Amino acid sequence: MKNKFIIIFLCIFSIELSAAEINNLESKIFKNLRCIVCQGQSIAESNSDFAQTIKIVVRDKIDQGDNEKEIYKFLAEKYGEWIIYKPKFNYINSLLWFSPYIVLVFGGLLILKYLRRKKN
Amino acid sequence: MKISFLKIISISLVVFALIVFFLALNIDKRYSTEKIVGKNVDNFEIIFLNNDAVFKKQDLTNDKYHLINIWASWCLPCRKEHPILMRLKKENNLIIVGINFKDKKLNANDFLRELGNPYDFSLSDKDGTKSILFGVYGIPESILIDKKHKIINKFIGPLNVKDYEDILQLVNEK
Amino acid sequence: MLSNLGNILLFGSTFVTLSIIYFAYQNLKEKNIIIRKNIVYLSFFQITLIIASFLLLIFAFIFSDFSLLAVYQNSHTAKPVFYKIAGVWGNHEGSLLLWVNIMVIFSFLFFLFNYKFNKSFSLYTLLVQNILILGFLMFLISNSNPFFKILPVPLEGLGLNPILQDPALAIHPPLLYLGFVGSSIYFSAAMAAILSNSNGKNFASSIRIWVLISWSFQSLGIIVGSIWAYYELGWGGFWFWDPVENASLIPWFCMTALAHSVLVLEKRGYLYNWVLILSIITFISSVTGTFLVRSGILNSVHTFANDPARGMYILVFLSLMIFFSFVIFFKRKINDDFYLELISKETFILSNNWFMMFYLATVFIGTIYPIFTQVLYDTKISVGPPFYNSVIAPIIIPFLIMMAIGPKISWIKQKYNDFKSLVLILILSCIINFLIFFFFKSYNLLSNLIIISSLFLIIHSLKDFIINSKTKSYYNLPSFLSHTGFGILMLFIMLNHNFSKEYDLNIKVGETKKINNIEINFKDLKIEKRENYNVVIGNFNILDSKKNYQKNLNPEIRIYNNPQTLTFESAIKTNLQQDLYLTMSNIDGSDFYNVKFQIKPFMLWIWFAAFLTASGGLLRTFLKK
Repeated sequence: MKNKFIIIFLCIFSIELSAAEINNLESKIFKNLRCIVCQGQSIAESNSDFAQTIKIVVRDKIDQGDNEKEIYKFLAEKYGEWIIYKPKFNYINSLLWFSPYIVLVFGGLLILKYLRRKKN
Repeated sequence: MKISFLKIISISLVVFALIVFFLALNIDKRYSTEKIVGKNVDNFEIIFLNNDAVFKKQDLTNDKYHLINIWASWCLPCRKEHPILMRLKKENNLIIVGINFKDKKLNANDFLRELGNPYDFSLSDKDGTKSILFGVYGIPESILIDKKHKIINKFIGPLNVKDYEDILQLVNEK
Repeated sequence: MLSNLGNILLFGSTFVTLSIIYFAYQNLKEKNIIIRKNIVYLSFFQITLIIASFLLLIFAFIFSDFSLLAVYQNSHTAKPVFYKIAGVWGNHEGSLLLWVNIMVIFSFLFFLFNYKFNKSFSLYTLLVQNILILGFLMFLISNSNPFFKILPVPLEGLGLNPILQDPALAIHPPLLYLGFVGSSIYFSAAMAAILSNSNGKNFASSIRIWVLISWSFQSLGIIVGSIWAYYELGWGGFWFWDPVENASLIPWFCMTALAHSVLVLEKRGYLYNWVLILSIITFISSVTGTFLVRSGILNSVHTFANDPARGMYILVFLSLMIFFSFVIFFKRKINDDFYLELISKETFILSNNWFMMFYLATVFIGTIYPIFTQVLYDTKISVGPPFYNSVIAPIIIPFLIMMAIGPKISWIKQKYNDFKSLVLILILSCIINFLIFFFFKSYNLLSNLIIISSLFLIIHSLKDFIINSKTKSYYNLPSFLSHTGFGILMLFIMLNHNFSKEYDLNIKVGETKKINNIEINFKDLKIEKRENYNVVIGNFNILDSKKNYQKNLNPEIRIYNNPQTLTFESAIKTNLQQDLYLTMSNIDGSDFYNVKFQIKPFMLWIWFAAFLTASGGLLRTFLKK
């Protein structure tokens, strides 16, 4: 019983600490943007001219007070959804986001089925 | 019963995937930013090439078409498309706005002196950030805007004779 | 001359393959239980011919015989011999020949191991495998012939892409091919098991070793590719969720699942259907991956020259393969009725498979989804690292925990009464996590949980291993190595992820820039001429005033002539604690250089842990019960 309390305490403690997470918005956005003139690089990784320009634009937008979503929306309007690495959740992309979990749930049920057989 | 249900699902998924693969083989995979066509031009403020005045979206007139051409003196294809722009200059219904992209003022002016200046307005985008508003990712690119300030066509790469004819047709409609 | 000889060898192989198919089929119809000797001879003949054709191609590359198109397009006389050889599989045609070679070698060895025991199973395997070989041979000859001639013979070749001239990349394709092309043999064996009504346990013990071999090589191939990407692509990352990487990861998930569930089948006779499905989809996913990569329908870092006809051929082949394997699978007469106890090794192994299928589904859907949106909605989307990280990372946690507990659970049934040590280990993991947290930097909840669970896995396996080693049973050593290795891998990936530092700056020669406690001094620039390229070498001095070290780093910009390319070589200083990683690139029309300096902790440990994981598979292959 004592042990359980210690675990719970430590876990909660960890969560508390995580609130202090450093929020590096800029690099998070850079990593989520495709450098469309490069071969499979993100804006953060690329040395290209295009990437440098996008970096300036994103920084300006952050300074203007735009949030992450607004910046993605702005860039997606100009360059298409292709520029964003993390596809947003919408009608078209819903299967992309759901189907891995459908597989997970389905697999779990399948295993459960074989576990329960014994009771019959 | 249940197993045949699974069978049907798995077979149809696989067949569906294979059909999509077949279709995908014949699709043009090149990237284009033509998705921007049909949208209105965002507000913008860009300084002129040769003075510090600012050209704004409001400065686009309501009675003429605009062609925004993004170019630089260091860009070889821009040289190639220049004669087309010079021919378009003669068009009364069209205002040509040139945005000089990541260039040195001196080189840009030399370029225009050598090949002629087709631009009614010459603007400068020194760090390339303004061009992002027009979805530019490599120059030359040109954007055709109608009287209501809607983007009606986008040309990636140097303008050619066919583009010239398309522009003429669009501009002289009605 | 060389071209003719090569073509003769290829046609010879095709002919022999056809005869094997014919005789195997005839032999199957006969009632006797002995396999005809001529099939063994033919197999031997086949492997000799195909290896000879491969050696011939290597020979053509070494001696730069530009009368062959493949050599002309991918080699150059000025290239070091090592890269001339690597050039053989650095292109589509040569790599396809390597592919066929591996299929034949695996087929031959499998046949050799099994033909004395079970006639119809061995013959069916040989039959199916040779039909696959025939398919690829026809593809090779009709569309991608490495012995294709050009006239007139050019004097000089076009050269190999310099980014591919690298020792890690030279061995990466053969390793990977041994992995996923090797999986063809248990695809064939699975077909054979159904067709010959084989017993599940026998089937399991005949394929187990091949699953392990292919798994080990697949793992090694992925690791080597990842190391290459780390130091050659110059982004400081080692995994990009690039479609090509995904294409190698998908079969790996299948193999991992199979390597575990085949144990259940061998030991207990359960999961026969499931093992068959896994055996089939491993090779199907390998071919699908190949299709995606070679047809060019995906954007990717690694690109082969694209040719729609190629994609079409692979796709037709793939469709036929799927069709026939479905037909055969649905015709099986296997009674696979069983139940499992909640706490038993079987259940834990199944849960491994469960997670593997989840990862597989995520990566597979993520890879092909952009194709779907493009075809169906005309929308181009990107599915990149943020997607995979956010979907997969949370599900790593229960996986690691299960992985810790699983190996110790016994077969059939166990009353689990070891909660006390479980709790102790968990507490210990939390404390260590807390210490890391406290002394270094904060990170988010998810990182916390993954680190705790990976520590849990490491400590738990160590404890089990120490207890086991008292009884001197070393049979558990491989799984101990792999499981612990994987725990260490996850731990260091997370630490690396959280503690990496990155500086991006523009700097001139002679300048010094200071950011926090790091001073970067760009001392000078040298230009040198080397064997087959020119190089600009930067000389940087890094001074860390807090940690008190000083390091010299020399990144390069290489200018290759055949073909004309610029490559950016990173400068890396490695030690046990961290890698210092620096790349420079010139900025057009200015004196400034763009410099990316990164401090990446524990890189060496990541590689070490990955190799440890793979070594478990190799060790198990050679360890006798």
